[in-house]
Amino acid sequence: MSVSDRPVLLVTGSRKGIGRYLAEYYLKKGYQVEGCSRGEVDIKDAHYTHHQVDVADEKGVRGMIADITKRHGRIDVVLNNAAIASMNHVLLTPAKSANRMLEVNVTGTMLVCRDAAKVMMRRRYGRIVNFTTIVAPIALAGEAVYAASKSAVVTFTRILAFELGQWGITCNSFGATPIMTDMIKGVPQDKIDAVVNGLAVKRLGTPEDCANVCDFFINPASDNITGQVIYLGGIT
Amino acid sequence: MIERSQAYEIVVASLREVFEQTGTEAPAKVGDETVLVGTDAVLDSLGIVQLIVEIEQRVEGAHGVSITLASDKAMSQRNSPFRTVGVLTDHVIATAQEAAP
Repeated sequence: MSVSDRPVLLVTGSRKGIGRYLAEYYLKKGYQVEGCSRGEVDIKDAHYTHHQVDVADEKGVRGMIADITKRHGRIDVVLNNAAIASMNHVLLTPAKSANRMLEVNVTGTMLVCRDAAKVMMRRRYGRIVNFTTIVAPIALAGEAVYAASKSAVVTFTRILAFELGQWGITCNSFGATPIMTDMIKGVPQDKIDAVVNGLAVKRLGTPEDCANVCDFFINPASDNITGQVIYLGGIT
Repeated sequence: MIERSQAYEIVVASLREVFEQTGTEAPAKVGDETVLVGTDAVLDSLGIVQLIVEIEQRVEGAHGVSITLASDKAMSQRNSPFRTVGVLTDHVIATAQEAAP
């Protein structure tokens, strides 16, 4: 199996929003970018490959990782961005909606980490960044299940760091403040304003903020930064 | 279809690779009866994790079949499919057969 010279970065949920921004950002930085989402994507770049995969589908994830490995022989970075949210009072949340959020946000993250780490461990190198949210630490009413799923991601990532550290793989979490993407387009403006007013830095997050934190986590020099979570906007 | 001798070779080569990677002293003789899990195991629990990953990758590299040895079915069996080299070899064959297109 030949190994690509270009570092390989997998970003999930790359069809739109932050995932898409990061896919294009890291293409510009010289990465071979592998993206995935349930739908098709129109990123046209010789160094971008899209996988139409639901991250909660074990077989689909396995096939995607196998395909990347076959073509490039390496995976250097995983950005687990794919997630779904549903703003609902818990008394009005159907089990199906809750289960789907857990499947995509928790199981999906786990599956991608698991199969990518198997490739990373052979080269004794890897950087995993799992996306969480500030709505978990701020306990935002109306986001109970979504926040719970993202809290699970943080705990999962902390433990993953210990399980994979011996193979040179770092695992960290990143929680953005609200960013104007499709994910929050249905959230009432007064709710968004209330969240922003509670931040140390009173502004919406930006995709550039996300790239900045990812740059730090995936830097080869960050080999002793693992099991950490960074939230934007002063939230801890 | 993976022949038993091919699967056995992959398991043994993977085991030797894990011994080397982990700096574990290899037993004088490795065969079907070599114990991988439990009291007399030649590997610790992390060694088993490495062994399984190594085998999965070798099967894919040599036979183009993507397999997951630690499947739900495997993990719920009363007797571990990883307990000896021989049992694991049979498990590799069965899993590859199921995964083959």
